[in-house]
Amino acid sequence: MAKKTPLLEVTDLHVKVEGKNILRGIDLTVKAGEVHAVMGPNGSGKSTLAHVLAGREGYEVTKGGVRFQGNDLLAMAPEERAREGLFLAFQYPVEIPGVSGMNFLKSALNEVRKHRRLPELDAMDFLTLAREKMRLLEIDEKLIQRAVNVGFSGGEKKRNEVFQMAMLEPRLAVLDETDSGLDIDALKIVANGVNSMRSPDRAIILITHYQRLLDYVVPDKVHVLAHGRIAKSGGRKLALELEKKGYGAFGQSDASVAA
Amino acid sequence: MAVSSDTVKTIESATGGDYKYGFVTDIDMDFAPRGLNEDIVRFISAKKDEPDWLLEWRLKSYRRWLTMTEPRWARVRYATIDYQDSYYYAAPKPKELLNSLDEVDPELLRTYEKLGIPLGEQKVLAGVAVDAVFDSVSVATTYKEKLAEEGIIFCSFSEAVQTQPELVRKYLGSVVPYSDNFYATLNSAVFSDGSFVYIPKGVRCPMELSTYFRINAENTGQFERTLIIADAGSYVSYLEGCTAPMRDENQLHAAVVELVALDDAQIKYSTVQNWYPGDKDGKGGIFNFVTKRGACRGVNSKISWTQIETGSAITWKYPSCILQGDNSVGEFYSVAVTNNHQQADTGTKMIHIGKNTRSTIITKGISAGKGQNTYRGQVKILPGATGARNYTQCDALLIGDECGGHTIPYIEVRNPTAHVEHEATTSKISDDQLFYCMQRGLSAEDAISMIVNGFCKQVLMELPMEFAVEAQKLLDISLEGSVG
Ligand SMILES: Nc1ncnc2c1ncn2[C@@H]1O[C@H](COP(=O)(O)OP(=O)(O)OP(=O)(O)O)[C@@H](O)[C@H]1O
Ligand SMILES: [Mg+2]
Repeated sequence: MAKKTPLLEVTDLHVKVEGKNILRGIDLTVKAGEVHAVMGPNGSGKSTLAHVLAGREGYEVTKGGVRFQGNDLLAMAPEERAREGLFLAFQYPVEIPGVSGMNFLKSALNEVRKHRRLPELDAMDFLTLAREKMRLLEIDEKLIQRAVNVGFSGGEKKRNEVFQMAMLEPRLAVLDETDSGLDIDALKIVANGVNSMRSPDRAIILITHYQRLLDYVVPDKVHVLAHGRIAKSGGRKLALELEKKGYGAFGQSDASVAA
Repeated sequence: MAVSSDTVKTIESATGGDYKYGFVTDIDMDFAPRGLNEDIVRFISAKKDEPDWLLEWRLKSYRRWLTMTEPRWARVRYATIDYQDSYYYAAPKPKELLNSLDEVDPELLRTYEKLGIPLGEQKVLAGVAVDAVFDSVSVATTYKEKLAEEGIIFCSFSEAVQTQPELVRKYLGSVVPYSDNFYATLNSAVFSDGSFVYIPKGVRCPMELSTYFRINAENTGQFERTLIIADAGSYVSYLEGCTAPMRDENQLHAAVVELVALDDAQIKYSTVQNWYPGDKDGKGGIFNFVTKRGACRGVNSKISWTQIETGSAITWKYPSCILQGDNSVGEFYSVAVTNNHQQADTGTKMIHIGKNTRSTIITKGISAGKGQNTYRGQVKILPGATGARNYTQCDALLIGDECGGHTIPYIEVRNPTAHVEHEATTSKISDDQLFYCMQRGLSAEDAISMIVNGFCKQVLMELPMEFAVEAQKLLDISLEGSVG
């Protein structure tokens, strides 16, 4: 991969959901090694952006495009995007009854490894790796042996998402409000996990409502998403400013979203 | 059904969602004339050189059948069957009398090899004795001598009629009477072949016994008859599998299986049913109208049914247990899959007669495409069944919006000390679940397979080890193309 190609390049992205314009011209460039924070009021389109990047159905791209590692991201199937190294930590992780977390993650990891032309991990090697990451995120092995997310507390679900990210070692991780619902100690653990993932050839997009997370995971850039557009971009200070002043300056209201 | 790792490979290497066993074997066949009348019944009986009592039993059944009408209470739909338009006997022409497996027609050996069931003397499956039934007759049985050393009789039904007439006469029709129901009565008149098992007192059968049923000939019904007797204190695990060629017409399969467990005996009966299900538009496929019933006649006896039903256009079967002996136990574990236009109306009957009898029913119905899947089950506690217990759990899983899953329990309790529990759930594989899996790098098919296997785990665990993997693969294949 040429150093100069950005990892992610979103250009003038317009997206409709159920006939409603939600994203109205997003421009965002993320380079390898960077951490970006995306903030913005409820309903401004943050999760929509994350879902469109991950390839969820039901989103109509009416204009613009996305390149990921130089390729047309929107032309790829969701599982291809994942195998190419795009990871989404869900705002609302999904329960999958009957499927153990271990089994789920082992299959997922081996799909990704196959795609990267790495040998598949056998049960023992997988367990060794999983234990290492569990230690990092202070996750009890019992939790991962249970059915995926079934009966997990809100905080456990979020921690499980970060654990999966650590296992899958993506090129680009989009964390959608992974800090929401975490107690102080859990927040530090998760932040620690995210920091351990920082590397020169990986990028992270943190979608968050709280400046607090950014105390632990210091971003290179902060963006404000409002009205379906990046209304403002800046450095670390922008987050502190928002915390003080709120989003009033960006004129967000329900009426303006619906328009 | 298929048993070896070879089959697994065959399945894996095949592409697309097509039925993998749809080929036809070109072989010289002996047919009875088309249609059904007393002469045909006599013809079949004569072909098998049967004693008079058995011919009389067949004729009695046939006459009874003429007075009966097809049951239509099941939640399945199909056009009227013309019973005169079918052949009731089809057998590969024997070259000569067989003395050993090596004399089986090579064309037949090749057929079974293709199906993953090697029969040749050098190649038999380790630890599994197989009886291979081709259309109306049994063509080979493996490991016979080895089993005979333990006093175990495992042979084709026709052979048992000749060599074990007392046992056959004593038990035939003792669990499923000749007059039981339309299809069982038809079977009693025209049954062709099947397997016979006798496990002597106190013997634990050292290997899995297995029958592989193959329909090959066109316009031919298959009416096999299986009888398993576990004498006091014995144990046997038996498995049946089945496939058929792809044909545009519907073919009828109306089998009868009777199990008898005496004092302290245990029978574990597993089925992996993979008859041709018909094409995507619902054309062709097997009508699987089967009567299976076990009698726990002795005290402390146990009969356990496990079925994986992935094939057939229509499945109509209710493997049941009659719990006569005190403390006897009946179990029914079922996975039934309906995809495309398949229909299944299946379940069980647990009839509690003896004291402290216990039954467990665990069913998993999976519907995809336009498939319709009904669980129909009866739990009946008779007045004498003091302390009887039943636990029933019926789970339905839907994939897509055009399929259906239904649960129809009948519960009748006539003893106040009985304890009956029934739980039922219906769930759907949601788009959210699929997306979540795909976001982690899994294909939609793998995601469904994983969710389905998780859903069925409780039942798959009941299968003998050698077959569990095979059953999982079959589930995957049956559900191929169930997501867009
Ligand atoms: N499937 C849908 N049908 C209709 N509207 C939708 C759908 N999905 C999203 N929307 C709308 O799109 C807008 C943006 O939603 P989105 O989830 O992207 O917001 P968000 O910025 O992530 O908000 P939050 O901070 O509350 O998580 C909202 O008004 C939401 O109601
Ligand atoms: Mg959101």
